[in-house]
Amino acid sequence: MKSKTVIDLKGIIKRFYVGMSNELEILHGIDLQVHEGEFVSIVGASGSGKTTMMNIIGVLDRPTEGNYTLDGVDVARAKDRELSLIRNQKIGFVFQTYNLIGRTSALKNVELPMLYAGLGKRERSERGKELLEMVGMESRFDHNPDELSGGQKQRVAIARAMANDPSIILADEPTGALDSRTGRMIMDIFHRLNQEQKKTIVLITHSQELAEETGRIVTLKDGEVVGERRGNGC
Amino acid sequence: MLVWENILLAFHSLRANKMRSLLTMLGIIIGIASVIAIMTLGDSISSSVTDSMASMGANNITMGVRQKSSATETTDSGMTFSFGPRMAQPTEEDYITEEMLYDLSSRYEEAIEGFSLQEMVGSGTARQGALYAYVSAVGVNEVSLENTDLTLLSGRLLTERDQQEGRKVALASDLLVEQMFDGDNSGAIGKTLDVLFDDRYYSYTIVGVYEYEASDMGFSSSSDEDTETTLYLPLQAARNQTHNTSGYRQLTILTASGVSASDFGEEVQEYMNRRWYGSNESFEINAMSMESVIESMTEMLSTVSLAIAAIAGISLLVGGIGVMNIMLVSITERTREIGTRKALGAANGSIRLQFIMEAVVICLIGGAIGILLGIGIAAAATSLMGYAVSPSVPGILLSVSFSVFIGVFFGYYPANKAAKMNPIEALRYE
Repeated sequence: MKSKTVIDLKGIIKRFYVGMSNELEILHGIDLQVHEGEFVSIVGASGSGKTTMMNIIGVLDRPTEGNYTLDGVDVARAKDRELSLIRNQKIGFVFQTYNLIGRTSALKNVELPMLYAGLGKRERSERGKELLEMVGMESRFDHNPDELSGGQKQRVAIARAMANDPSIILADEPTGALDSRTGRMIMDIFHRLNQEQKKTIVLITHSQELAEETGRIVTLKDGEVVGERRGNGC
Repeated sequence: MLVWENILLAFHSLRANKMRSLLTMLGIIIGIASVIAIMTLGDSISSSVTDSMASMGANNITMGVRQKSSATETTDSGMTFSFGPRMAQPTEEDYITEEMLYDLSSRYEEAIEGFSLQEMVGSGTARQGALYAYVSAVGVNEVSLENTDLTLLSGRLLTERDQQEGRKVALASDLLVEQMFDGDNSGAIGKTLDVLFDDRYYSYTIVGVYEYEASDMGFSSSSDEDTETTLYLPLQAARNQTHNTSGYRQLTILTASGVSASDFGEEVQEYMNRRWYGSNESFEINAMSMESVIESMTEMLSTVSLAIAAIAGISLLVGGIGVMNIMLVSITERTREIGTRKALGAANGSIRLQFIMEAVVICLIGGAIGILLGIGIAAAATSLMGYAVSPSVPGILLSVSFSVFIGVFFGYYPANKAAKMNPIEALRYE
């Protein structure tokens, strides 16, 4: 069965300092398709263009050339306002540094994307609690981030990424700041989301070991896709 | 709904930085407090003064002799010198005479209801054995007595015959009766009161006792025994005692109803000076109605208020810049938060609104504290001066809206800066 394409990158080129003497091309024409329900990892050493690619996939940045269709929407040349909406509705970010809003309870953090989506207070609170329960944080609704351990913070962040039921979850080194045991727990959550909820997950990592767990491994080097192979997962 | 969420958010981040928030608000607090204090003080004073002046009769015109403001002399060589006021007392020749009053009343028969005439005798001490009471004796004519609004407790007021014959009778206060006659108001009627003025005793027969009312201007002395009360005498009796036969230095014109006191006052002044004082070198007539006094007083107060409000405005400007400064610090500190919010789908407008609301909330809380502080200061000041405090409602409304304005105005630039941040750079900010 051929499922639909969620991420469709065609000939993505990204240059910085365009038109200046120090013009720099980071991505030299990337083609990548990610299908619904896939768990893909993008690996590469630092300087390989991973981060730039993640920014483009996460529509935090626009490609200089090329086409990007996300869940059927052409986002390469969308306006700022539209990009905010796409980030809000179609993408769930999980960062290496968690990026929870300080002095704000776990529940409020999870509610935030729903707030920007314009959901009512009751709805936000109900869904937020549901999501926190899903990641095993039901006893920590009212805790502020500084009262949580790294693993707990990352679980809250995953719940937050799921808030508006996005098309993809984009995880940038989600276990990079965690010890291996906690990292394992986080990876298990991703596997669960992928298998039970059929979430499309793009994992960006420099760890070959983690990448092996995923369904497909895309290797990036010097701004080009140099290898693509099946992983052990799925 | 997003506005409400932003207000909560703003409170949240202010609570997180209590000290900093308070210091930031200080400029706003001081500015608003001084505006409110001044406006409340001005309102309280002018309403109290207006009330007490109105009770003295806004339709009355006070006419008096005053020194000409400058005498101009021309020397032989043709040079003109202006002399500043040289202090001089008007002599009896300069006083307003009966003849002038007669002329005035026949000329303005319609407008003038009467002249309230008084002759100040001065302060004295009533004595009877070891008992004593301080009095200030004043001769009054019938119009003046009517206008004084006394509450008679026993006896009678001064009659026409008392006036015509210059009888040595007097109206005494119940306070004096308390001290001299054991508080027996009716028993005091017909008693003789010996009063020492300078070195001479004068005797009066008490014909009436009136109720003493403490001055509402708040300058009454501490104890009842030392209070100087007024002893009302027939005008003629007082003039006989002071040997004043020529006229009056000051008197009050009662105008008929429907006459504009301030306009009529000017007309009387102009007429009197032209008719009677044109040849007087150093004195002239000044006729002023309470109405015009109140007007000029209110005008002066509002000018002072305006000047102080301008100074407070500068304080608010400085306060606003302080708010802008702290907002800039705040968004720099929270760059990652801004990046995260953008990654989670916050539109630029939402970020801008968030920080503008934060600035507005700082200014509004500062404004609210300032208003309370200002009213407190004004209440303390007015109670010291003995006026009733009346908070200036337009002042409060003005302050609140001005606080919001400062918040939006000085919050916009930092908020816009936050809104326009590049999410990638903001997320990577260390």
